[in-house]
Formats: sequence, structure tokens, C-alpha cells
Amino acid sequence: MTAFFEYVARNVVRRLGSFVGLALAPCRSAGKRCRIGLPRRGASAGPTKLVESASVTWAEAPRYVVGLALALLVVSSARAAKIGDLESLDFGEQFARFFTLQDEIVRLALLGSVFLGVSCGLLGSFIVVRKLSLFGDTLSHAVLPGVAIGYLVSGYKDPVAIFVGATLAGLLGTVLVQLIKKTTHIKEDSSLGMVLAGFYGLGVVLMNRIQAMPTGTQSGLDKFLFGQVAALSSVEVWMMGGVALASILLVTVFYRQFLLGSFDVGFARGLGLPTGLFHYLLMLLLAFTVVVSLQAVGAVLVSAMLVIPAASAYLLTDRMHRMLIIASVFGVLSGSLGAFLSFFGNSLPTGPLMVLASSFVFCLCFFLSPRHGLFSRWRKRKTRDHRILNENTLKAIYHVREERGFVGEGVGLSQLAERMGETAEEAKRRVRELVSAGLCDIQESGAKSEALLNPDGWLRACAVIRNHRLWELYLTNQAAYEPDHVHDDAEVIEHVLGEDTVRRLERLLDYPSQDPHGKLIPSLADLQRSLVKTPSPEPPSGYRMPGS
Amino acid sequence: MSNFPLEAHDLTVAYDRRPVIYGVDVQVPEGKLIGILGPNGAGKSTLIKAVMGIVPKSGGWVKVFGKPFERNAARVGYVPQRESVDWDFPVNVMDVVLMGRYGKLGLTGRLSSSDRDAAADALEKVGMLPFAKRQISNLSGGQQQRVFLARALAQESDLYLMDEPFVGVDAATEAAIIELLRELKSRGKTILAVHHDLPTAQTYFDMLLLLNMRLVAFGPTEEVFTQELLQKTYGGRLTILAEVADQRVQRK
Repeated sequence: MTAFFEYVARNVVRRLGSFVGLALAPCRSAGKRCRIGLPRRGASAGPTKLVESASVTWAEAPRYVVGLALALLVVSSARAAKIGDLESLDFGEQFARFFTLQDEIVRLALLGSVFLGVSCGLLGSFIVVRKLSLFGDTLSHAVLPGVAIGYLVSGYKDPVAIFVGATLAGLLGTVLVQLIKKTTHIKEDSSLGMVLAGFYGLGVVLMNRIQAMPTGTQSGLDKFLFGQVAALSSVEVWMMGGVALASILLVTVFYRQFLLGSFDVGFARGLGLPTGLFHYLLMLLLAFTVVVSLQAVGAVLVSAMLVIPAASAYLLTDRMHRMLIIASVFGVLSGSLGAFLSFFGNSLPTGPLMVLASSFVFCLCFFLSPRHGLFSRWRKRKTRDHRILNENTLKAIYHVREERGFVGEGVGLSQLAERMGETAEEAKRRVRELVSAGLCDIQESGAKSEALLNPDGWLRACAVIRNHRLWELYLTNQAAYEPDHVHDDAEVIEHVLGEDTVRRLERLLDYPSQDPHGKLIPSLADLQRSLVKTPSPEPPSGYRMPGS
Repeated sequence: MSNFPLEAHDLTVAYDRRPVIYGVDVQVPEGKLIGILGPNGAGKSTLIKAVMGIVPKSGGWVKVFGKPFERNAARVGYVPQRESVDWDFPVNVMDVVLMGRYGKLGLTGRLSSSDRDAAADALEKVGMLPFAKRQISNLSGGQQQRVFLARALAQESDLYLMDEPFVGVDAATEAAIIELLRELKSRGKTILAVHHDLPTAQTYFDMLLLLNMRLVAFGPTEEVFTQELLQKTYGGRLTILAEVADQRVQRK
């Protein structure tokens, strides 16, 4: 499992690197428009032209991954550059520059994204397993009027005032949802939807008013809608750090309480645990996470950063603690990637880019997850289909031998093709499949080639025939099917019947030797007989007709 | 004053002012296997949830071994209804059984190897040890019920409250569970189990508690399992209680 996860993580990182390279290729060719750094700050000592270096190729992508890893490990001590001055950089240099943290503003942004990823991953995991995704969405939209009011009260973009205002608005929103649910018969999803839209509408109106004020255009409040990591101040980043640290500490210390409270709240109360307390603790952490993440992802999409990394992790693991860790890693990955793309794309809003990055991670999990992924399911089905095809060939060989009373071991390919209703080439191909599965040999004698089952192959053929005939017998004898109704069902069942079920069928049917059509049900003794190449005298039948 | 494993006095519970059980008085003796019987909506699950404070009481009191439940919670094991949890939750069988040990750990205690041994023992007893690492959604209904039972065993309690432990399980599991309950009883434990099936109730339990919003009868099975009392529990005479309960809600 660990090895696979390493493999996946490696692949995700490598593919993300390449993906970015491809996605931004047009941007790179546009050359001059691509700059790291937002927003442009003040006057500068003159533009520093940089020589265009070789363009990024897929093959080079791993280099940047290594760069990323190094950059995350070693905090660069390079002095902050005036990044607004750089007019043209190719993708690779921008990437390296971003992840080696040469610029103060990049350091803040990346740090913020890491904090955001961790706290969203942790809280989001609980949101996902508690089926509270819509609640998270409502909370994140409900904080918006609080942001505007915080701004109005303090008179500028004061992080603390906005934090307090947003938290209060978020809590008010959740209280309202509960109030509507308790006092009316409106169901929770409707009340969540109403509160979400109502608060969000109020927030947008208030923000428009603020923008219309004389000082409003400089407010930067528009960044709270879709997020902008480049506009993060150090106070905001440290608040994000505080929330991330608190989340890590509380989730680690009270992991058991949060786990049990999420899985089985009735049992938790039966143990005498203060479940209400831990529920509200989790909700409060969630509110804080949403509020401090606003500046980076924006109110509209912060709930996506809660849900998507956690849902991706849910596809990869069946254990809660692993889900928490993987979700945090995914959160950090997509957060920093979104931040990078935002810088690179010349002040694109960060929220949508982070959500795109995490959606990409989700897609990888959706297709490649070992247990729940589409790809693994497809592969499982393919191997199963392959096995069924082989077993059908084995059956055909058995049938040919049965028709001539088990005399002689080799089965001519032309006979086999006739029996299977296939062309000679197809029959040969199918027998070759058996050969490569180690069940059969091909014996060439002149122009005639014969399929010769080895002991393993013969055992498998007998087992499949036995499953088929036992099932037919069971359906006619015990389930009162007509004998001519049972074949199709047995064609399917013969490939999936487990050893235990076969034993039980044998006992139930009193070890029969003939199927409803009067054919022999091969037993272990038949396998022995086949190897000595003598047709066997039929033992008395254990088969009884229904009603006889 | 004697310390009954469970004693309730005038216990009344209402959901949103709609009464579900009215003034139940009961004194449960130690070391008995007791079935709680009654029609749908009679308040069987509510009774055991009210004992543990999972639903709030609106009147009366409950004592567990002579003390309020909160002070004796560690002596009570609980098997909730199987449908009450999401079986896709990312935990495996062992994780669930270990939850039975959480009550003994305090606020920040860590699971020790003795907790793991106790959980493994409990799994062994219900025949689920080979499945310890299995994710819980990959279990049959009967296996899931066994896991819940193992979790209650891991609690090592003296009083067990079980909410429909036989619902949706195969015959083999049902026999295994009843065997286990008898074994618990022989060690002096007291078990109350909500039950649905009348014919088996007679053979499974020492005592029966017949409930239909009111306590209809509580006593040894041979005395309580009578045509008259069952008729009173399942028949129509107590429907007026439910109608009045509805009227209270409408006048709100």
C-alpha cells in the first residue's frame, strides 16, 4: 500500500508538472506577458531582461519536480527580488523561481497555500465522511457579509476585523439553518440552500456599495470572492498558520473523539463522551478554516477546497487517519499549484486555479485508485473476461473428448473449431492463449495440430464442467427449474462459483454423478481416469428427477 | 437501597413534545437475559436510548447500578441498530471494535496493547477475528452485527443494552449471538435486547419487558408471555395514548 502510494504521489507530481507545462505553452510563446509577481509594486530600477532559455518539454518535467522538492525542503535565503520588474521569463525559470521562494510575496503566498491545504484537508475529511459538504458550502458563502461589515467597521482591510465579522456571520448563518429546521417542516437541504444564497446576496450587495465608496476601489474586497494569494498580508498568513496548527493539534489529540463522533454518535454518547462539545469544536475549526482561507481561495470556492482533496483521498484509502494525511497532502499540492498558476497567469484569481488543480488530482484518483478507480476496475474486468474465455476453451476441449468417450488425449484443432463454432484460426488463437496460461500444449504432427491439456488444464476443465453441471442439477432438483431452463444461468455461474459453495452443493445433492441431461459430472476420480486414458464405466447416478 | 443494574422511575420521553414513552417504572434484576417486546413505535429503542442519555428525558429518573448513568457509563455496553451508521465509513473491523475501549481511555489517553488484546478477544468470541483488517462495507449484514457485538464485548461492561441485535442477520449468526448472550449471563452480566420475533422471544429470554408507550408488563417469561398480556401490548387498546400524543403536537 505504502509503495503504491509513493508511486501514485510520484506520478501525480510528475504528471502535474507536465500538465502545467502543456497548459501554459501558449502563454510561454506569448513571451513578454508572462511575469512572476503580483501586484506590480511602485517604481523600479529598470527592467531586467532575461535571455529566453530552451522551452520546457515533457522529458524535462521531472527536473522541475526535483526543484519543487528541494525548494520545499530548503527555504531559500535569497533576498526578495523586485518581481514586478521581470518582464519575460520562460515557464521553467518562472517555475523554479516560484518554488525556490526567491521573492517575499511568493514566500507568503506559498506558505499561505500550504497552511490552507493542510487545514482544508483535515477539516474537509471530516466534512466528507459526515456528509456535511453542503453545510461547508453554506458556511463559506454565509461569511461574505461579515467580510464587508468587518471592512465597514474598521474602515480598511483589517484582517482581524474581517476575521471577527466573517466568523460571526458564518455562525449566524448556521444558527439560522438550525432555526428554520427546528421551527418549520422545511428540510435541511432547502434551508441550507436558502441561507447560502441569502447571505451571499447580501454580501455581494454590501461589497458593491463599498466599491462605490470613494475609498472603495482600493479596498481589495473583490479578492474575497475568488481569492488572490498574491494579496495575502503577513498577518493573514500567520492567521492561516495558527488555524492550521490548531487543526493539526486538536485533530491529533482528540482524534478518537472526532472519529467516533463522526462514525457513531449514539455509541459515543453511550460511552459518556461529550459529543456535543466535540461537534461544536469541529464546526468552530471549520468556520475558522473557511474564514482565514477566504483571501486565498475566495468565498465561492473555499468549500471545493474542503471537499475535493478529501474526496480524492477517500478514493485511495479505507482508513480515516490515512485519509486525513492524504487529503492534507493533496490540499497542499493543489493549493501551491493553484498559487503558482495564479502568479504565472498574471494575476488570475487563485480560487478557480486551486480548484482546477485539486479537480485534476481527483480525476487521477478517480481513474487510477487501486480499489475504487475506473482503471483498476477496467483491468479487473479485463482479466476476468480473459479467464472466462480461457475456461470456455477448456470446456470445449472437454466436450470434444467427452463426445468420443474420453479416448485419446489430443484434440484436433479443426474438431475444436467445429465444436466452438469458430474459425480454425480463432480456435488456434484461443488454444495459444491456453498455452501461454500454462494449461495446454500444442502437438504438431504433420499438417494436423492437436491441443493437449496438461494436468493443470484438465483439472481446471473438470472444475468448470463440474460447476456448470452441479448448478444445473441444483436448479432442477432443489429450485424446481425445468431442465431446459437451466443452461444459460449455469453458463454464467460456472465461472464464479466458489470452492465452499461447490462443496455445499455436493453435500446438498448427495454427491451426484450425472447432470439433468444425463451427462457425467466429473469428480476427482474422473481426473485420474483421464490420465490412464481408459473410458470409465458409469457409476450409478445420484441424480433424481424432480418429483421422482 | 439495593443497586439494581437498571432502575427507572416515572421515565417519560418526548420527541418535540410528542411523548414516546409515558412514566415507565422498572427495576431490572442482575444476571438476567431480558427481551424488550412491543409493536412498531412503542418506544423500545427510545427506552434504552433514554437510559444512556442519547435522547433527553422529559420526566422521571434512571439509575444504573445505583448511580446516574453519567457516573456509571463505563459499566454499560451498547449495541446500536445496524442502520444507525454509515458502513462506507473509512474504518476497518478492528477500528470499530477498538471504539469499545474509548470509554476507558479518558480524554487524551492512547490505545495500549491490552486494549488491542481485548478487542482481538472480543472479535475471536464472535468469530470475526479473520476479518479484523476488512473494511466494514465489505461485510454481510450478519457480520456487521457481529462487529457491533464485539465492540460491546470490548467495553467489558456489566449491563448490556442491545437495539435489535437480531435484525437482518442470518440464522447462523442469530444462533451464535444468543449463545454469546447466554454465556455473558452465566458470568453475571445483565442484558436487555430489543426483539421483534414473538416465537423466538419465548425461548431466548429469561424475562420479558412488554412495552407500548406504557410499560405493559415486566416479569419472568413464563408469567408474561400470555395471550392476554400480548394482546394488551400488540392489540388496539392503547391506541388512544398515541392519539392524545398527536393532539399535543397539533396544539403546539
